[in-house]
Amino acid sequence: MRESTLWFWHLMAGIVIIFVLGIHIGVMHLDKIMQVIGIMSAGDVLSYAEVLARAKTIAYLVIYLLLMWFALYHGFYGLRSMILEISMSKTAQAVVNWVVFLFGFGLAIYGTYVIIIGYTMANA
Amino acid sequence: MIETNESYKTNFGETKDIIFKIYRYDPDSNIEPHFDTFTVPVVKGWTVLDAVMYIKENLDSTVSYRASCRMGICGSCAMDINGKPRLACQTQVIAELQSDEVVVKPLANYPVLRDIVPDLTPLIQNHENVKPYIIRKDKEDQKNPKGELFQTPDELEEYLQFSYCIKCGACLAACPVAATDKDFPGPQALTQAYRYTIDTRDDGFAERIDSVDNAHGAWRCHFAGACSDACPKGVDPAFAIQLLKREITARKFGKKREPAPIAKQPANVKRLESVPYPPEKTVK
Repeated sequence: MRESTLWFWHLMAGIVIIFVLGIHIGVMHLDKIMQVIGIMSAGDVLSYAEVLARAKTIAYLVIYLLLMWFALYHGFYGLRSMILEISMSKTAQAVVNWVVFLFGFGLAIYGTYVIIIGYTMANA
Repeated sequence: MIETNESYKTNFGETKDIIFKIYRYDPDSNIEPHFDTFTVPVVKGWTVLDAVMYIKENLDSTVSYRASCRMGICGSCAMDINGKPRLACQTQVIAELQSDEVVVKPLANYPVLRDIVPDLTPLIQNHENVKPYIIRKDKEDQKNPKGELFQTPDELEEYLQFSYCIKCGACLAACPVAATDKDFPGPQALTQAYRYTIDTRDDGFAERIDSVDNAHGAWRCHFAGACSDACPKGVDPAFAIQLLKREITARKFGKKREPAPIAKQPANVKRLESVPYPPEKTVK
């Protein structure tokens, strides 16, 4: 795969993260402000009932899956870029590429499992 | 404060004593890197190159440096002057550096041949790798051109600034990415890749892309802008690299461009008798 393709998705991931992380920050950390301006209803976002209510919705399932996938890609591509800037042999570069890919891919599978299982249990 | 130096006052007027610390290194003679200090009676208007030439002629004939045109055209005398890559022939000691001490080192990010002479092989190799010349789809036309190629003034403007590169190597010496990643082509080569890619007479994008669109290519540029700051000709390589990224991405998504057409020979036109014919070719 050409580097331009990887870099393009790195940028796209950054844009997606701005939106989905923005939703996460707004709901979880700026809830008081959201309540004042009327976007959210009053209540404790960390209460069991609120957490369960969010976990049941398909919208939050999609948002958290997108956030996890794109954040992992964005972060691991950036990590790879930084490591490759250190001059190294072609073999070492191949090792870096595979380790970063497998580690990121493994985390993505595990994260997907956790998010989906959470959604399933909330709706059980 | 300009101090008087009798020997130079006769010829040049007032002088100011400036301390020059010159990097010395000679691998052939097993001389380890160190600095030699010289006091130079600098005349107002002198460049660093003038001072280095004064040192070689009057104080230490073993000092090695590279220079040629002495007017900012050839790019031979780029060196690290007080921590920044500059052309020695364009850097005035008193007016520009405004320091009583001048430290002169070889350009960073290059091997050193001797003293302040860098080995520019990495620069030239990277330059060659991006195929810095017009590549035509019609190979026969490239070998034996049938005529001139159309290009509008606007199309010329797209690459003109980037064609002012004199290959001095200052940009590569200033580049923080090139300092750690030896496979990074560097600002000069990437700028030339863009300069020829955007030239409407060129159709060599496919042949050039592999050298710039890889894990160490254009995408590794941090846009620190140090190359543009160092460039003595105002080429602005950092800008060219961002444009190159845009061009690669645009072509990825289908941007196509036919190379400039060959201009037809004008018909029904009489040559003015006052216009002389070109001389015969000296090389057959």
